[in-house]
Amino acid sequence: MKSKRRLFLKGATSAGLIGVAVGAGLLKPVRVLAAAWPKTAFDADTTDAAMTEMFGSTEATESGDIKVKAPDIAENGAVVPVTVETGLSSVESISIITENNPAPLSASFNLASNAEGYVSTRLKMGKTSNVVAVVKADGKLYSASKEVKVTIGGCGG
Amino acid sequence: MSSIKVRAKAAGDVVTVKALMKHPMETGQRKDSSGNPIPAHYIQEVVCEHNGNEVMTALWGPSVSKNPYLSFKFTGGAKGDTLKISWSDNEGKSDSEEATIG
Repeated sequence: MKSKRRLFLKGATSAGLIGVAVGAGLLKPVRVLAAAWPKTAFDADTTDAAMTEMFGSTEATESGDIKVKAPDIAENGAVVPVTVETGLSSVESISIITENNPAPLSASFNLASNAEGYVSTRLKMGKTSNVVAVVKADGKLYSASKEVKVTIGGCGG
Repeated sequence: MSSIKVRAKAAGDVVTVKALMKHPMETGQRKDSSGNPIPAHYIQEVVCEHNGNEVMTALWGPSVSKNPYLSFKFTGGAKGDTLKISWSDNEGKSDSEEATIG
């Protein structure tokens, strides 16, 4: 079983395969977080389109329970540290949308029930933009945003 | 050598995971010195498992920075547990690394 799993994990790069493995009982049938990579959402060129593709809705309630930590001014748009923290309960996912990027949806983190409402990463920003955190908790969407001023963009050549 | 560096530290019941991956994260929008577009090459999915159970899956677009950094927290982990991080990119490449929670 152990060696089988090892082999399997090496080969399994797509969520589809993981789904098959769960079906075959290779993995414990816990909640599987890996959905298929949402290409249409990542390809969307507006925030609304990305939201619609990702969540089926553009409506997110602004919440004071979400904190977006990012620099006020990013000197280097290629590396902008962004941390999202939320005190909301039953958090299912945290997504980060950089409104003025060519493709606004930057990242989406699916969280298991034992994960805390906290993610931190580094993003590229083409120009000054609002960074919006969209938290899906208990089936509802909540958001908070912070403006980051970019002096040198990180998306161009 | 693995392209992933993972640190996981337990403080009480909460485990903080920090990971650094080596990857170009090419957006597909840049051009090389002769003006030809550089094809997009970026990590699309990062899966993190604690003792074989998924705790976090990150879905990424090309706007995550080069050599991506990722941090998150979860409860229910203890020192000595195994943590596994795997990534896969848009070219079908993948890598994974295991760490012991300290």
